Amino acid sequence: MAKVAKSPWLLHYDGSSCNGCDIEVLACLTPVYDVERFGVINTGNPKHADILLITGGINSQNKPVVEQLYSQMPSPKVVVAVGICACNGGVFKECYNILGGVDKVLPVDIYVPGCAARPNAIIDGVVKAVALLEEKRAKMDSEGGNNK
Amino acid sequence: MEFIEFLILFPFLIAGVLAVTQNNTARKTIVYLSGGIIIAAAIALAVSQLVLGSGNAKTWRGEESLIHIVDYAMLAVEAFLMVLVVILSIKHRKYYAGLLSVIGTVLVGWFELSGRAVKGTANLYCDRLTVVMCLVIAVIGSLICMYAVGYMHDYHHHHTEYKDRRTFFFPMLFVFLGAMFGLVTSSNLIWIYFFWEITSISSFLLIGYTRTKEAVNNSFRALWMNLLGGLGFAAAIVLAGMRLNVGTLQELVSYSDKALILVPVILLAFAAITKSAQMPFSRWLLGAMVAPTPTSALLHSATMVKAGVYLLLRLAPVMGGELSGTMVSVIGGFTFLIASMLAITVSDGKKVLAYSTISNLGLITACAGVGSPDTVWAGVLLLMFHAVSKSMLFQAVGSFENATGSRNIEDMHGLMRSYPRLAIIMVIGIAGMFLAPFGMLISKWAALKAFVDAKNIFLVVSIVFGSATTMLYWTKWLAKILICKADTHKVTHKTPGSEWTSLFTHAALMIVLCVSLPISSKRLIEPLLSQLYSKTVSVLSVEDLIIMVIMMFMIFVVPAVAGLFVHKIKVKPVITYMSGINNGDDRRFIGSFGERKLQYLSNWYMVDYFGEKRIWKPAVYVATALIVIFISLAISTLTGGVI
Amino acid sequence: MSTIIGIIAFIVFAPFAGGLLSGIDRKLTARMQGRIGPPILQPFYDVKKLLNKEILLINNMQILFMWCFLVFIVFTGALFCGGSNILLVFFVLTTAAMFLVLEASLTNSAYATMGANREMIQMLSYEPMVLLTAVGFYVATAFSTGTGTFNLHEIVDNSPIPNIVYLPGVFIGFLYILTIKLRKSPFDISMSHHAHQEMVKGVTTELSGGLMALMEISHWYENVFLLLVVSLFIICDAWWSIPLAVVVVAAAFFLEILIDNTSARVKWDVMLKSAWAVTLVFGCINVFILQLI
Repeated sequence: MAKVAKSPWLLHYDGSSCNGCDIEVLACLTPVYDVERFGVINTGNPKHADILLITGGINSQNKPVVEQLYSQMPSPKVVVAVGICACNGGVFKECYNILGGVDKVLPVDIYVPGCAARPNAIIDGVVKAVALLEEKRAKMDSEGGNNK
Repeated sequence: MEFIEFLILFPFLIAGVLAVTQNNTARKTIVYLSGGIIIAAAIALAVSQLVLGSGNAKTWRGEESLIHIVDYAMLAVEAFLMVLVVILSIKHRKYYAGLLSVIGTVLVGWFELSGRAVKGTANLYCDRLTVVMCLVIAVIGSLICMYAVGYMHDYHHHHTEYKDRRTFFFPMLFVFLGAMFGLVTSSNLIWIYFFWEITSISSFLLIGYTRTKEAVNNSFRALWMNLLGGLGFAAAIVLAGMRLNVGTLQELVSYSDKALILVPVILLAFAAITKSAQMPFSRWLLGAMVAPTPTSALLHSATMVKAGVYLLLRLAPVMGGELSGTMVSVIGGFTFLIASMLAITVSDGKKVLAYSTISNLGLITACAGVGSPDTVWAGVLLLMFHAVSKSMLFQAVGSFENATGSRNIEDMHGLMRSYPRLAIIMVIGIAGMFLAPFGMLISKWAALKAFVDAKNIFLVVSIVFGSATTMLYWTKWLAKILICKADTHKVTHKTPGSEWTSLFTHAALMIVLCVSLPISSKRLIEPLLSQLYSKTVSVLSVEDLIIMVIMMFMIFVVPAVAGLFVHKIKVKPVITYMSGINNGDDRRFIGSFGERKLQYLSNWYMVDYFGEKRIWKPAVYVATALIVIFISLAISTLTGGVI
Repeated sequence: MSTIIGIIAFIVFAPFAGGLLSGIDRKLTARMQGRIGPPILQPFYDVKKLLNKEILLINNMQILFMWCFLVFIVFTGALFCGGSNILLVFFVLTTAAMFLVLEASLTNSAYATMGANREMIQMLSYEPMVLLTAVGFYVATAFSTGTGTFNLHEIVDNSPIPNIVYLPGVFIGFLYILTIKLRKSPFDISMSHHAHQEMVKGVTTELSGGLMALMEISHWYENVFLLLVVSLFIICDAWWSIPLAVVVVAAAFFLEILIDNTSARVKWDVMLKSAWAVTLVFGCINVFILQLI
């Protein structure tokens, strides 16, 4: 049976997003989409989170922040880039302060494109991330990396 | 008998020797030796009374001619002390203190010289409560004296602005101990009064040690409050002697007509309330903090304030259900609540301890006031636990102050890392005081039950709210010590060996007290109560005691054992969550301009709610009104046709 | 014998009951908000997931204090079910809460420390009412049988009718602080089960993986214990009191969820003042009147 798949907890981080994608992420929590059906909780705390959900591109200010948040998440963990800006910088790509997409600093596992990304797409991305979580967990076992 | 005489006289003798000892090494040797001898004598007393003897109460009248001389000698000393107080009060323009001293001394002197004094059946008295008190005074008191050797050395090293008066300080400590022994072993009321006044005046001299303006003011405050209590004591002696023909405490307590002894008892209780710093007389104990730490430790733990509660515990059997008992328990409960609230609002370690002393004494006082065997049992236990843990905590804070120059609890942030040995001592002291089931908890339990039985809703409210506030100030202190901060700088100061000797002995005592309690309760305290109440007393079912042993085991042993395992667990260390802007050391974060900022985590003090400014004055007014009302009620029975 | 059965039953079944209650809570909450909500078994999935995650720690003492918290909570409930002394049970409960405060404080983390400070304020708020509840039972048994008792067996066996009849004020007071203890809005100031808070996750901020799972399990135990205390107001010497107790406990639980979903969080001073006021007005006056009669 699934070890980690049934309870994916999110950490939502707003990079340099225009807030469009953030609104869509929050829309997932509303009664219309109700992402808690899948056990998803928006924890707001990296130490509880399994999935790092980032909207917006990475700039030089928030690069260390994103890296630190990622380092504070316990394994197994998955990074989901939501929206085109998080995927590759989007319309801000050429801005002086933008380094590019999230994959410039973190190993992104799932890309959810769109401007803004639609809730259905975000949920789809999360579900794909969950499958990946399970895979990573299995890999931890085989490597004997579990310190429980 | 020999041991008791020895215990009273020996400290005075040592005081005399110390007064002429200038050499530090010689002083150290004398203090250590005599401290050891006092402890040995107290243990010998306990063994001869409880193990070899039957444990029954013993009384001594003494040789008539000798007693005569002793009586006059006491009177002479009292007169001398009166003159001393008068001179000092004129010098510092605090005339009221001198006036109080004159009235009290003249009253007792007249009573004695006019031949009205009652020749009681006994002058000295020794039962199990005496033995317990002697043990507490001897062990804790001597340890404090030993601690003082190293402490005062450091103290004068740090505080060059104060004149080094150690040839005065150490003798006073020993005078104090001698007076306390005299107080708890005397039966003759006039003798008790004599020792009572000595403790008042020597505490006054000790508090004023540094001779700063603040010290002088505080010492006079302590003096007038205690002299006022002493005046109540003197009035009680005169009343008991002239109206009831009673001259000893034991005769007073066993007097057949409870209505007749009401006024002397309530006056004695009043004296005890001032001495144990209950509301509205709590101010003097707080002021006593200006003195060097050994003084505060001595005043707060084993002596002085304990004299007050000792007297109350002696009076407990006749106070239960009477007007006097109601006054004492109401004042005690009120003080317990108010002082624990005030303790929340201060960050000065010594001040928190001072408030918690007042608060704990309030609980003992309330227990004594209710006067049932259960509450007195709790009161005696609390007295013992409080003596050990408070003395230990005061010394620990004193050592902390000498080591770091601060006694603020905020500065103890992460003491577990920066000074682990001292932190462990503090944790044991705090845990022993309010976590261990035999400290606060058991007395709260017994007191609550008795208060409900007595249908006293006011006291019930005091206990339930007071225990919540008590929990808060201890927990936040404990939390402050236990914080584990990364890369904390170790404290480099070397705490003298004499301080460690005392601190670790206290810690060991605390643990022994906790562990041995079910046995000593059965063997020592229950017979003690049977003596006080002249009937067989049994408190707390075996079942409850077993549960408490389990709980204590869990509190002390589970964390200790688990701690050993936990240290070995290898887990991935990670920095704390600071919204992703942790500087990497858990202590600083990156500000919005990219600069490093220090994070500071403070405790809550809630000054706006429980602050001194807000509740001190109303509390004093209420307590004063209560005391005035109760005593007036009692005195009205005098004129109400009782004669 | 019944003592041992009670203790074992609590230790074994309480986590299941607690987890289910938590699941029902989340489902009901979702329905009240017009959502479908997670499966009833979601809390178990969460704990399983947490147990399968890596543990990140600030320092090893966290493990120690977390275990102490769990052990003491279980001990509280076991003492309760074993029919011990109710006052002792509440004292142990306070000790357990204190371990949680210490656990959170010693991380030196801003959010956890803030949570710990607020947790202490919560303890300050509910402690008087908790103790007064014990006193209430003592007074009620004294009223109905002549001799008061703190012993839980005797409280149940000696009461011909439910004690709530004598203790309506105490019951209201207890329900009020139950909101604090169950960490429900408006009093969930130290840690909320709702996500994304201004103080992050309060006392649990620095817990991860297995330790967070311990925290959840402790809460299940604690919640079951608290609801058992509610049932103590009803259960008496008559058979019908047991189904009635189930109904009342269910109603109380539903009420707490309803309050949780219909009120916004208050500041700590409002909580402290109101909790103490309720304690004084409902609890104390109830006990006082009972003693007068």
